[in-house]
Amino acid sequence: MSVESDVDRRTRGFRASFSRLRATFIKEFLQLRRDRITFATMIFIPLMQLLLFGTAINTNPRHLPTAVLIQDDSSFARSFLAAMRATDYFDISTSASSEEDLDHLILSGKVQFGVQIPAHFGRDLIRGDRPAILVIADATDPTATGSAVAALNGLSQTVFSRELTGAAASLAPKKPPYDLRVHLRYNPAIETRLNIVPGLMGTILTLTMLIFTGLSVTREIERGTMESLLAMPIRPVEIMLGKIAPYVVVGGLQMTLILSAARLLFGVPIEGSLPLLIALTLLFIVANLSVGYTFSTIATNQLQAMQMSFFFFLPNMLLSGFMFPFRGMPQWAQNFGEVLPLTHYLRIVRGIMLKGATFVDLQLDVLALALFTLAAMALAVARFRQTLD
Amino acid sequence: MSAQAVATEPESDIVIDVEGLTKSFGGPPVVKNLTMQVHKGLIYGFLGPNGSGKTTTLRMLCGLLTPDSGRGTCLGYDIRTQTADIKRHVGYMTQRFSLYQDLSIRENLEFVARIYNLDHPRQAAQDAIVRLGLENRADQLAGDLSGGWKQRLALGACILPQPELLLLDEPTAGVDPKARRDFWDEIHKLAHEGLTVLVSTHYMDEAERCHEITYIAYGEILAHGSVAQVVADAHLSTYTVTGPDLSDLAEYLKTLDGVDMVAPFGVELHVSGRDGAKLDTATATLRAEGPQVWTQGEPTLEDVFIDLMSKTKDNYA
Ligand SMILES: Nc1ncnc2c1ncn2[C@@H]1O[C@H](COP(=O)(O)OP(=O)(O)OP(=O)(O)O)[C@@H](O)[C@H]1O
Ligand SMILES: [Mg+2]
Repeated sequence: MSVESDVDRRTRGFRASFSRLRATFIKEFLQLRRDRITFATMIFIPLMQLLLFGTAINTNPRHLPTAVLIQDDSSFARSFLAAMRATDYFDISTSASSEEDLDHLILSGKVQFGVQIPAHFGRDLIRGDRPAILVIADATDPTATGSAVAALNGLSQTVFSRELTGAAASLAPKKPPYDLRVHLRYNPAIETRLNIVPGLMGTILTLTMLIFTGLSVTREIERGTMESLLAMPIRPVEIMLGKIAPYVVVGGLQMTLILSAARLLFGVPIEGSLPLLIALTLLFIVANLSVGYTFSTIATNQLQAMQMSFFFFLPNMLLSGFMFPFRGMPQWAQNFGEVLPLTHYLRIVRGIMLKGATFVDLQLDVLALALFTLAAMALAVARFRQTLD
Repeated sequence: MSAQAVATEPESDIVIDVEGLTKSFGGPPVVKNLTMQVHKGLIYGFLGPNGSGKTTTLRMLCGLLTPDSGRGTCLGYDIRTQTADIKRHVGYMTQRFSLYQDLSIRENLEFVARIYNLDHPRQAAQDAIVRLGLENRADQLAGDLSGGWKQRLALGACILPQPELLLLDEPTAGVDPKARRDFWDEIHKLAHEGLTVLVSTHYMDEAERCHEITYIAYGEILAHGSVAQVVADAHLSTYTVTGPDLSDLAEYLKTLDGVDMVAPFGVELHVSGRDGAKLDTATATLRAEGPQVWTQGEPTLEDVFIDLMSKTKDNYA
């Protein structure tokens, strides 16, 4: 039989555990509030990144500078140029004087496209000789040229319909015996920002959350406060939750800022349920905070923790489907991507904001995020050094 | 079995009981086969040169380091397996200030109060502030405090949760004499109330205010007991010398066989030898002829420690 002392009674059990969690939470929050630079960084960096990248990145650019070399003065040539202009992809800005001149314009990067309509184009066309129009594209950046070239291909069906009437009607391209109807759902105008802005929310949250908690344990070690903390009756899991919790609040603040900007500045819709989006974003925030915290328990100083965070951030950015289409990656990369929280969050955030997805549609991604979070937390608690050995 | 159950047994009042503690950090052991017992309500001084393993020992006692070998209990709890219980009942004041520099005094104390789940953390912190005489500085950041105030705050944080054992690692390093005296008055008051205090220090006057002391060097205990016992056990014969040209005399004395230690103390010179007879013979002519005045004296604790230190150095040379 044992008689519990005053201290034992006070410090055992669930309520005591909650009190310690609260203590850590308040302490971390005060420290955070006092660290003005970090605080400002947390608010302004995400906003700046969002404004910068949200407006700067466009993977479907229009009005690309185009040079033309017209050696034929038939109405066909004029029609073709007019049709090109009408696609909005081409900005016919320069007129080349020779083939060499055209090559030079492309090579020097002054224009992205060069169009050559050869002599006697109109005459040859009427004769049924199938004359060629040469389009030279600077394809060093495939994303920049891809959509424009596709638009150009689409022209061939219709471009000369006005000229090819009467006797020449037989030359008009034949319609296929069926109609192909392509519905571009959720983002019919293929506006990059609709895809990029929700994705940016994911990347920004990943980076900032990783860094916040990444520094938290190593900071205590470097400042020498760990010795006192470890000498107190606090458990690793309480330290972890107490340190993560304040940043969930900060993450929530960032989320609010980014969502407002997405809605008000970029006009990104929120088709699905806003409460669901908020709840799952908070889950994603906790996932990244746990990873950062895990790094923090492994690293021996703040620099190491920082490096680990970046090491983790890069594949998140590159292999999650944020930078490049997820389905365009080889199978192994896709498998790897499935392990990253951002991959699942991108599906969640794009799903809810653009497609109006519901919880049922997203449950696998939610499950993956939750499992990831639990695994990271378990690792952190296991890795946490409770002694100074 | 809890501390209280132990408390009813005969050797009721043993608070720290460790045996054969050894610890190394990759290299040679820093603490070697250390055995010690500390009784309840005593102020136990822990002395030794820099790097002798004092901090390491204290950390092993409160569960911050795991000993390589050896076993023992602290407040009846096993130091290897029951560290969580130990942490609840032990207040450990680190050598280097380790509270949060970017929190105010009040916030630091409230943090501690909440960690120990005190009933009214704010009130508890406020009471501690008043007791420490820090009312005017309560909202100052801990990092902005002077060294002495930091130490006082650290002690306050240690005793806030009413521990049964205090482990204080050089609590008065860099503290002014008045504040040191206050500090020690406070420690005595706490011991009187039943708290056990294990305190490491480099100050002789502080050692003399302890009920019991242990001298440790190179991780081994070299002397142990009350101050009087330690001095007596050293079997040192000491002369106090006053007069002219003491520094020349000191240089000369160091070359003599039988003189083990020569140390200037202001205008005096302390000359000691482990073998009284040999010391007498070696210094006979000097004592007879002067011009300095030699008086047979009692060795001080410092004489004893300096001698112990030089003795171990010889062993390790
Ligand atoms: N974590 C550690 N890793 C490696 N070596 C250590 C570690 N902690 C202590 N040591 C070594 O152990 C030895 C004893 O150190 P300790 O801090 O216990 O001495 P001390 O008696 O407290 O000294 P001081 O009076 O200077 O505070 C030193 O040589 C120190 O370098
Ligand atoms: Mg020390």
